[in-house]
Amino acid sequence: MEPVLTRYIREPNSYTLDFFLKHDGYNGLKAALGMEPNAVIDLVKASGLRGRGGAGFPTGLKWQFVLKDTPLPKYICCNADESEPGTFKDHVLMERNPHLLFEGCLIGCRAIGAKVAYIYIRGEFFHVQKVLEAELAKAYAQGYVGKNIMGTGFDCDIVIHRGAGAYEAGEETALIESLEGKRAQPRIKPPFPAVSGLYNCPTAVNNVETLCNLPSILLNGAEWFTSLGPEKNGGPKLFCVSGHVKKPGTYEASMSTTLHELIYGHAGGIRDGHQLKAIIPGGSSVPILLPHELEIPASFDAVAQVGSMLGSAGIIVMDETTCMVWAARNLLYFYKHESCGKCTPCREGGDWLHRILTKIENGEGEMRDIDLLTSIGSNIAGKTLCAFGDAAATPALTTVKHFRPEFEAHVREGRCTVPADWRAARTPVAH
Amino acid sequence: MSFHPLMLYDPERFQRSERRLLEEGEPFTFAPERRAALDELLTKYPPDRKRSAILAALYLVQEQQGYLTANAVRHVGGILEMTPAEVEDVATYYVMFFKEKVGKHVVQVCRTLSCALAGAERVTEALSHTLGIAPGETDPSGMFTLLEFECLGACDRAPVVMVNNEDWHERVRPEDCGRLVEDIRARGPAASSGCHLRIERP
Repeated sequence: MEPVLTRYIREPNSYTLDFFLKHDGYNGLKAALGMEPNAVIDLVKASGLRGRGGAGFPTGLKWQFVLKDTPLPKYICCNADESEPGTFKDHVLMERNPHLLFEGCLIGCRAIGAKVAYIYIRGEFFHVQKVLEAELAKAYAQGYVGKNIMGTGFDCDIVIHRGAGAYEAGEETALIESLEGKRAQPRIKPPFPAVSGLYNCPTAVNNVETLCNLPSILLNGAEWFTSLGPEKNGGPKLFCVSGHVKKPGTYEASMSTTLHELIYGHAGGIRDGHQLKAIIPGGSSVPILLPHELEIPASFDAVAQVGSMLGSAGIIVMDETTCMVWAARNLLYFYKHESCGKCTPCREGGDWLHRILTKIENGEGEMRDIDLLTSIGSNIAGKTLCAFGDAAATPALTTVKHFRPEFEAHVREGRCTVPADWRAARTPVAH
Repeated sequence: MSFHPLMLYDPERFQRSERRLLEEGEPFTFAPERRAALDELLTKYPPDRKRSAILAALYLVQEQQGYLTANAVRHVGGILEMTPAEVEDVATYYVMFFKEKVGKHVVQVCRTLSCALAGAERVTEALSHTLGIAPGETDPSGMFTLLEFECLGACDRAPVVMVNNEDWHERVRPEDCGRLVEDIRARGPAASSGCHLRIERP
């Protein structure tokens, strides 16, 4: 597939307004401004574009749910809080093609009738934010953002809002809370943001990659978009491959490409002299897949069929030197650290899972601890306000499910049985 | 006791409060240019939603004095019409705000899975050895603080090290850490190689 989103990212000046304007820049917006807002929503619905943040919810439908008949202002919040471990696609898009994102935001605003789009960018992406701010200023100066855009009478502002290092802020209602100047903790749903979101006004929260897909849909039509992938999984998709591969990176491909092709083709295969042990296909929150399960299309539906999720398409590859108890512990530390603390199962359970995994990894575990992991994990998953609970339980549940003998060996031998030269003698975690 | 019978119980290690009271610090007011920057930011949110600018305000505090103090929290609260408790509530939630004095250079190593698979643990170990401090500590000269951070979102260039919440250094090898520390000591933020996306050419 010819790249759509990343076509020009290797060009030295791809991020500048001049370059963007020479390559169909803001033409999608021009098309959208010539259409009725409802027609834009219908077009996006027909394209079948699914949210690229992780859940894969149809974008057109999300917009349709945004309340129409209300005196309240409406908002687009762009979720640029890319913090799912193993995911780095929005990073590339924003740094190398910021105007594509602005154009997507403006099209979204046009569709739902918003006058402001807030781009919530994670605090760690300060270097990306500087690029966005400089380019946004140029777009304002040349009349692509702000008052009376391209002389059409359409007004819309874009505001870049810097987060401060909270994974949970990537959850849509937590992102809204954080934008309102509070702790990034999720809200009880319903009401959904489409009815009562930012400042209690109707809001659509969309991922960066989702919004970046809009200009090309407006230019090339819904049919073109659906033709790029399997049924219900149309359009170009960015895949992030990291871990033990020869060429880690962001690769754009159709969702009919297999996971095997992404890892062995695009990313160059496993590093020399090693064999594949397991992959996590969609960011750290989803179940592991084994080497024999990779001959499936990397689409939302196909990956769900084998019991995992495409999620944010962050593919983490692990070779045979990876200890699965260690990997689960590494991720549980992440989840216990990032838990917002609102729901007890996640706050207490995540910490507890981490303690048990540390105990097993240090060779002090007992056999009953392994069943305890499963028991605690299943009592977190599905019992929290947001999907974080499921995400936190998954690394423990999935590693025990597929690699139970490895856990048992740790307990039996009283030490880590899969040492690797890339690990420290003692895991350095501060707490 | 309300804990599960199988839950490890040890108030020294686990069941303890991590709450720290902020140091009072020097009297605090924003320098005029920072106050102007904050006022400019406030125009981007609805007039009755000043609190939306709190993260930006706290970043400005850190820019001015390096870390958050109780005096700074009260000052920010005064501007944004929040109580000091509300400001502290937000400030203590986010990891990029320092709640105690930190070194001039805060070295933040990504420790999450992709970076760890590429050797981040050994990078932390090497930095810890070079600086003579454990993660979470500041060296006696007040020059460096070493921290572990969660996924920075550049897993293709792992392991990643961030300095002072802003400057990136990618693909760090344990054997380079000594030189990196010396370089930061001598040249400050200029020592970091930056994000590859900006410097990479076809």
